[in-house]
Amino acid sequence: MAFAEPRMPATPASTVAFAARRPRRVLPGFGLSLGYTILYLSLVVLIPLAAIFLKSGELGWERFGQVVGTPRVVAALELSFGAAALAALVNTFAGLLVAWVLARYDFPLRRLVDALVDLPFALPTAVAGIALTALYSPNGLLGSLLEPLGVKVAYTPLGIVVALVFIGLPFVVRTVQPVLEELDREVEHAAATLGASSGQIFVRIVLPAVWPALLTGFTLAFARAIGEYGSVIFIAGNMPMRSEIAPLLIVTKLEQYEYAAATGIAVVMLLISFFLLLGINALQAWSQRRLLGVAA
Amino acid sequence: MNALHAPRRLVLWIALALLGVIPVAAAAGQPVTLLNASYDPTREFYEQFNAAFAADWKRRTGDTIVVNQSHGGSGKQARAIIDGLEADVATLGLGFDVDALAVQGHLIPAGWQKRLPYNSTPYTSTVVFLVRAGNPKHIHDWGDLVKPGVAVITPNPKTSGGARWNYLAAWAWAKSQPGGTDARAEAFVKTLYRNVPVLDSGARGATMTFVERGIGDVLLAWENEALLAVRELGAGKFQIVMPSQSILAEPPVTIVDRVVDKRGTRAVAEAYLRYLYTPAGQALAARHYFRPRDEAVGARYAGQFPQVKLVTIDQAFGGWRAAQATHFADGGSFDRIYGVR
Amino acid sequence: MSVAAHLPRPARGLGRGFLVALALGYLALFLLLPFGVVFAQALSRGLATYLHALTEPMARSAISLTLTVAAIAVPLNLVFGVVAAWTVTKYDFRGKSALITLIDLPFAVSPVISGLIYVLLFGAHGWFGEWLAAHDVKVIFAVPGIVLATVFVTFPFVARELIPVMQAQGRDEEETALSLGATGWQTFRRVTLPNIRWGLLYGVLLCNARAMGEFGAVSVVSGHIRGLTNTMPLHVEILYNEYNATAAFAVASLLAMLAIVTLAARAALEARAPELKRTGRTTGGHE
Repeated sequence: MAFAEPRMPATPASTVAFAARRPRRVLPGFGLSLGYTILYLSLVVLIPLAAIFLKSGELGWERFGQVVGTPRVVAALELSFGAAALAALVNTFAGLLVAWVLARYDFPLRRLVDALVDLPFALPTAVAGIALTALYSPNGLLGSLLEPLGVKVAYTPLGIVVALVFIGLPFVVRTVQPVLEELDREVEHAAATLGASSGQIFVRIVLPAVWPALLTGFTLAFARAIGEYGSVIFIAGNMPMRSEIAPLLIVTKLEQYEYAAATGIAVVMLLISFFLLLGINALQAWSQRRLLGVAA
Repeated sequence: MNALHAPRRLVLWIALALLGVIPVAAAAGQPVTLLNASYDPTREFYEQFNAAFAADWKRRTGDTIVVNQSHGGSGKQARAIIDGLEADVATLGLGFDVDALAVQGHLIPAGWQKRLPYNSTPYTSTVVFLVRAGNPKHIHDWGDLVKPGVAVITPNPKTSGGARWNYLAAWAWAKSQPGGTDARAEAFVKTLYRNVPVLDSGARGATMTFVERGIGDVLLAWENEALLAVRELGAGKFQIVMPSQSILAEPPVTIVDRVVDKRGTRAVAEAYLRYLYTPAGQALAARHYFRPRDEAVGARYAGQFPQVKLVTIDQAFGGWRAAQATHFADGGSFDRIYGVR
Repeated sequence: MSVAAHLPRPARGLGRGFLVALALGYLALFLLLPFGVVFAQALSRGLATYLHALTEPMARSAISLTLTVAAIAVPLNLVFGVVAAWTVTKYDFRGKSALITLIDLPFAVSPVISGLIYVLLFGAHGWFGEWLAAHDVKVIFAVPGIVLATVFVTFPFVARELIPVMQAQGRDEEETALSLGATGWQTFRRVTLPNIRWGLLYGVLLCNARAMGEFGAVSVVSGHIRGLTNTMPLHVEILYNEYNATAAFAVASLLAMLAIVTLAARAALEARAPELKRTGRTTGGHE
């Protein structure tokens, strides 16, 4: 119960806006559910991850700096995080569109399309990588179309983004879709009868409601893409300083039996990921509070 | 999803799961089993070899033996054994990885390579060029690989054992040229890697890039892999070019002492490795495009394996440990040619 | 709803067609084509070869191992996901963002690393390595290690799926139920669960699909022993590396179809209990 902290009743000015953040806990079971959550989290995630931090500690600060400060590692980290962010951004827009279409419109084969969205998860990442490389290589179906245009996808950083878009695709769709399905449509209808345009309805009513889910989806797609290995190595080309992702460098270190150095790169990736995710989650919590205030 | 029943269903699942796990654990004790942890290109060979050995063992001792197989990249397999994969026998791609079993894992004695004939390598291979049919870019020797406009496919030596053989073969050729020095060899290899458009992480990935994706004019490959690729992936589409000089690739084998002593399988594991040296074992190796050590068997398959000048890793590089430190460790020659520290 | 049905719906006609076409085009490019490649390759040597690839003993053992692993990992993460989402959305406490971030973290961990952590813990030179060896307990390079790696990789799915849904709902309904005399458990069962069923279902489906398809982490801890510790994704890799792309893609297509089957199960569920599908009731509670 270390987190339990009595809060002063909200000041009158913010009472309405912060109605959802009630200072007292009405629902029972807080200790039990938080305790279980933290226990399971510790067993499955925190203790195993602690092993990484301890192992990298064997390096000592100086060697740690040497391992992660080289231009090659820095370039790989930039590529991994940059490509992941770009892919997650693509998936945020496309995912919202797909979720909207699936949740709101009826069209032939809608169920089948709905089912297809999960497929990137089910397909082993190596297969995804091979299939995408087959499509986008210069002799592939899409690659041969893009080649005359001067666009090279396979064996370039662009190929990495394509692979990451593929593996992250279900995240945004599947976080936004249930929210859209549960969303009360009568509000939209009411707005429509009051003369709001569909654009206005989307921006004023739908977007605020799905915004937290959208941000969650972005976060998940982004997080998933940062560490992805299996699908990327087939399509990336893996050229040092250009198309070499950070997880590949970890494998390289392992291949030299340098476990501590491998965990050193892993620790840097983890810390960057953690703080990026923390930032996004804090942003989401903040916008959630703001939106609730607006809605009330 | 009838959520009301979730807790009850969970109990059922856990019970089922335990039922599933226990037999797996219990089944380990029954017939005598061996686990051979090997590298990628030997799958087809050991599949047949295991059956032949089991039949031979049954005939000689009356005992049934099951040999299980595990395949992966050579370095990855060595790591798995060090981390506790209970392999009775390790048959890896290069001596460096077997050395790791001794140095990193203390699983085998340091003098492991002297325990079996021919440096503990019952079969060998070498590095050859696989080119597209008709050899349109006229690639005949290592010198042709650095010409402008020639795209060379070879995997990343940092992650692939096979790629290290390729790299060292190129280095050894350059150094053996008139006026060859280490500096010239490094410059040659650097130019060569400028012609490499893709660095796959493993040897078979590189083969697929060359064969299926149609990338590159020449694939540097083990002879056994090149012969297999020609047979499996497209006879008539590719041809093998033998350079003027190459490297004697020695994939070594060893029993894993700590494991066989724990499991009580030393005798059968040793018999398994010795069977590799018998005419039957040698013939199987030759049939799977590995160069046999046995001269009589070698003579029968001579047409398959053209004579070529081969340097060994011990002569040219002073053994695997020195080669690894000079070329593939961080800051080694491979890092230098990519201008990275 | 009858009133609503007569109202003009937003984004009708041209805009709607355009949006549908855009979404389908995107899916076709990024989803359908890669899958087309998989199925085309799988069937390239005829149906008999395809079926043989799925029924030979090594494939069968890989399929049963994958099902076993998913059957253990998914329920564990299902229970955790519901409790964690409940905790995060129904109570206020300090450090909530940090807790959510920690739940997300396994996503950001490279599969290479998610396998490595168990090697560092349970490997021969790991923290518990000696103890395990002394008691002859195998964790990595055996089924328990594969289960652990799968649990880790699929850890966030259910929780992360539920959190936005529960957030959108707020707590008023639960609080009302309590004030009417329901116990905490009754409130959860009767009020919360019906509200989150779609999110829960999506979460479980995703968790399951990912559990069956995970490659990287499992590859590190499996040991790749044929017939014993190869899951379906590992079997796919082996086949591909044996230049048997047809069989590799056949097994991969089976994984793809498993995802479709789970979705079909969902559709059947909806058909059987139509009242489960959107009842039109207000769920937000903040209006």
